[in-house]
Amino acid sequence: MTTTRDLTRLSAAEMASLLSTREVSAVELTQAHLDRTAAVDGAVHSYLHVDQVGALAQAEAVDRARAAGEDLHVLAGVPVAVKDVMTTRGLPTTCGSRVLEGWIPPYDATLVTKLREAGMPILGKTNMDEFAMGSSTEHSAYGPSHNPWDLERIPGGSGGGSSSVVASFQAPLAIGTDTGGSIRQPAAVTGTVGTKPTYGGVSRYGLVALASSLDQAGPCARTVLDTALLHAVIGGHDPRDSTSIDAPVPPVVEAARRADVSGMTLGIVKQLGGEGYQPGVRARFDEAVQLLVDRGAKVVEVDCPSFDYALAAYYLILPSEASSNLAKFDAMRYGLRVGPSGVDAPSAEQVMAASREAGFGDEVKRRIILGTYALSSGYYDAYYGQAQKVRRLIADDFAKAYETADVLLSPTAPTTAFKIGEKLDDPLAMYLNDVATIPANLAGVPGMSVPSGLADEDGLPTGLQILAPATADERLYTVGAALESALHERWGGPLLAKAPELKES
Amino acid sequence: MALSRDDVAHLASLARIELGEAELDRMLGELSVILDSVAKVQQAPTEGVEPMSHPMPLTNVTRPDEVRPGLSAPEALSGAPEQEQQRFLVPRILDEE
Amino acid sequence: MTLTHGLGQDDLVAYDDVLASYDPVMGLEVHVELGTATKMFCGCATAFGAEPNTQVCPVCLGLPGALPVVNEVAVESAIRIGLALHCSVMPWSRFARKNYFYPDMPKNFQTSQYDEPIVHDGHLDVELDDGTTFRVEIERAHMEEDTGKSLHIGGATGRIHGADYSLVDYNRAGIPLVEIVTKPIRGAGERAPEVARAFVTQLRDLLKALDVSDVKMEQGSMRADVNVSLRPKAAAGEDQDAVPLGTRTETKNVNSFRSVERAVRYEMMRHAAVLSRGERILQETRHWHEDTGLTTSGRPKSDADDYRYFPEPDLVPVAPSEELVERLRGTLPEPPAQRRRRLQTEWGYSDLEMRDVLNAGAVELIEATVAAGATPAGARKWWMGEPSRRANAEAQDVVTYAAAVGVTPAHIAELEGLVTSGRLNDQLARQVLDGVLAGEGTSTAVADARGLQLVQDSGALEAAVDEVIAANPDVADKIRDGKVQAAGALIGQVMKATKGQADAGKARALILERLGQG
Repeated sequence: MTTTRDLTRLSAAEMASLLSTREVSAVELTQAHLDRTAAVDGAVHSYLHVDQVGALAQAEAVDRARAAGEDLHVLAGVPVAVKDVMTTRGLPTTCGSRVLEGWIPPYDATLVTKLREAGMPILGKTNMDEFAMGSSTEHSAYGPSHNPWDLERIPGGSGGGSSSVVASFQAPLAIGTDTGGSIRQPAAVTGTVGTKPTYGGVSRYGLVALASSLDQAGPCARTVLDTALLHAVIGGHDPRDSTSIDAPVPPVVEAARRADVSGMTLGIVKQLGGEGYQPGVRARFDEAVQLLVDRGAKVVEVDCPSFDYALAAYYLILPSEASSNLAKFDAMRYGLRVGPSGVDAPSAEQVMAASREAGFGDEVKRRIILGTYALSSGYYDAYYGQAQKVRRLIADDFAKAYETADVLLSPTAPTTAFKIGEKLDDPLAMYLNDVATIPANLAGVPGMSVPSGLADEDGLPTGLQILAPATADERLYTVGAALESALHERWGGPLLAKAPELKES
Repeated sequence: MALSRDDVAHLASLARIELGEAELDRMLGELSVILDSVAKVQQAPTEGVEPMSHPMPLTNVTRPDEVRPGLSAPEALSGAPEQEQQRFLVPRILDEE
Repeated sequence: MTLTHGLGQDDLVAYDDVLASYDPVMGLEVHVELGTATKMFCGCATAFGAEPNTQVCPVCLGLPGALPVVNEVAVESAIRIGLALHCSVMPWSRFARKNYFYPDMPKNFQTSQYDEPIVHDGHLDVELDDGTTFRVEIERAHMEEDTGKSLHIGGATGRIHGADYSLVDYNRAGIPLVEIVTKPIRGAGERAPEVARAFVTQLRDLLKALDVSDVKMEQGSMRADVNVSLRPKAAAGEDQDAVPLGTRTETKNVNSFRSVERAVRYEMMRHAAVLSRGERILQETRHWHEDTGLTTSGRPKSDADDYRYFPEPDLVPVAPSEELVERLRGTLPEPPAQRRRRLQTEWGYSDLEMRDVLNAGAVELIEATVAAGATPAGARKWWMGEPSRRANAEAQDVVTYAAAVGVTPAHIAELEGLVTSGRLNDQLARQVLDGVLAGEGTSTAVADARGLQLVQDSGALEAAVDEVIAANPDVADKIRDGKVQAAGALIGQVMKATKGQADAGKARALILERLGQG
């Protein structure tokens, strides 16, 4: 008999197997995770909201259905945590912002509908930087999440709730969203796996938009196969999202199982990984590449000169779209409403301005104002228009690189997890965390971060990023699983086994 | 491109954010630094390059003109800060006259 | 009086004096609500008059996370409108966001088209009252979405000004709109107001024929914004178009054909008055007041008009194929002007009769009435009579009036049939029509219920005639002496005796026969 404690340490694939043979019930499994959350989340703060009642109800329904011999989804009964940026009917959705405190959406995101249809209990909503603007979750209005490897450090962002929830064994699977690296960078700094699918590969309907042309939801997990299993659940065409790709989900699960890189050409991006990258990050990256070569892959260097402009283009396109997307938070139909101080009978305009002042944090205000500037007449061509041209150059660089390489590789983030508070007063330093992940969002191509080891200088996790051509998401899983298998062999088990035990309260 | 304090105040008003005096000063400093940095896009060799607004080259995504169930009025109004007569109550709208 | 208020009629420059000094240039922007079953970007119903906030969903309420998807029929309608206006269809066009805050606009941006409209560069040839044609060039037509509707509570008038708060209903938010924008209309001179009215009227006819909208100005499904500017009249021999354009004002939401004409005329006279005082025209939005016939100042153009347009990232480009465009071209109806000429010939109406019918907006009613079995002459006679008079008195068009009181082409065709069959004469038929207009039922039902019927029993008519002759020996003698026209007095008495139900013709024949003049 497996103990409750052991259950949370299993992979999602193993949990699914125990459920299917009825060695474990979905209720037991869900309860084990809720217990783990009760014990550790006071310290980690992965969740903004835990839905014990809803999760157990879903688990019971799965157990009943299984007992009745119904045909169930492979992940039925495997619990999942959802980033608080996805709308969930009947469950609070705050996007980490005061503006939406207490807001309960009257509808489910398409992705959430798919999780429910698969019979996956939703444990709760995970913490994030306000409206996904940040790389540390320090911009959450509800306090930062903590890195299970070192509670004084950030778990990455914006999806630090989702990365820390899987890294601290509170959930085997979590949903993240990635606008400039918010799935991949948190995965890298917590020793977990995360994929940003091809833009349009997962429906954005119900994903509260940060930057519509960059946002993409994706899976977070502890293993490549688990990540693929969740990817397969949430991917696919959605007629409610005009930018959704009308094609089947790429064969990601099969690719993760195959895990064979022999004959593949790996492109090392010249512009990603040099100056500004921590030595320990680079060392682990180089070793990981060598392991893949040992397994039969070929390596080439690829030149993507436009990537040097990616960060600048990103920090124009994102704020521009965000300034428009976040205009709807105006205190008229939902969300926080406050009146301006010292004004009798304020106008709608005054109430909007006062509510947005009170409800938005500093980073959100900064980006809204920056975006407002970049789009304003007279500056549009110099900023937004120019950034869109750079975007084209970056997409062209990718296209050229994929003529010689099947996938591209780089470190996921330039550094390991930094200390909470360390970069909070320096927006530009914070932005640099995403320098390697941003090009994929600009071009719409898929990317994954897999653990590559621990940096020598601080003993903290490092990540390797794999990028594939649009709609070829399965290549991420082939390479990711091959690397994972090679590294597990070397380490004698998963990287997370080396993480310090969290004190259970 | 140098940004003035008045510029920031104007942008904040366009964006409907009531910035306090101190916040305005801080924002001016931070935005100036960020703008200096993002102005790098202007150095990119973009002559003759088509702007790219969408990552995927899709066109003509439409839906049939068929009614689908929406929200009930109580659902629609469920998040409203104030409501009256099954409508969203909003503060007085500034007169155009 | 200051610039910010409407000038009263006394303060204006007389119309002829305006034209002596200035050349008017106009621009018209017409918003049309498409008659699709669902909204522009979501599957919510568009039916008019539903309970508040019952035709809404996450998309049109602008809830966080919701995404738009374009209505296929709205795109086709926009293309058909463009083709009917002889526009070019863009092989590739995009939606853009127009960013500004307003409580009745859920996302605080309007999804519209900016520099890439779906159709552009066309024209509409409008026929003027004197039978001449004036070509109005079309700049573009583009797709966008409507806003919600606000009820203003408190304050003196229930208008936005002085209201304590407002109540917003988003049922209209997201209704598909096509905005049709003309190029500057030059050279209309004194006929500028008439050209404006004729353009809007004939555009309405065209849209109606396309069946893309119910085009009801009074319900707001068609709304016109009128731009007017004046420039000094060119000296003799000088090219008027070498004279630069004056500053324009934009008068919003002019909601009837007549008001379009009045608003242009008023603004021309007001501009001239302002200019004659040596003041400058302020580029601004103005509001039209139907009751007073004045415009008043809205807000001046300012930085707040920086709408920060950018391509809508949530929608993909619209790229109509050549096949689609040609298929849609094949669905275009007969152009209204051509159709008018055809119908006039078929119906045998004089120019004057046809113009009256057109001005009354009764073409479709007459067409349907003829289809229901009436003669063109009869259909015209009955529709252009009492129904048109009453519609006019209520400042409605006859179609709206007819729909409101429930009188149909079938009723009118039936009425004419009752006259043709001899059951009614015109006088009785008018009484029947009164009943129909009062909602008493079909023509036959009204005639039956009111007991209206010509006296068919020849014995009864003979008896009445004999009685009248006997009672009026002097008149009878005159007729016997050949003064046949005196019979009118006797006919009147016969009609009176039969309570109007005698056939006047038969009565006359009988009187003359009895008195030896038959």
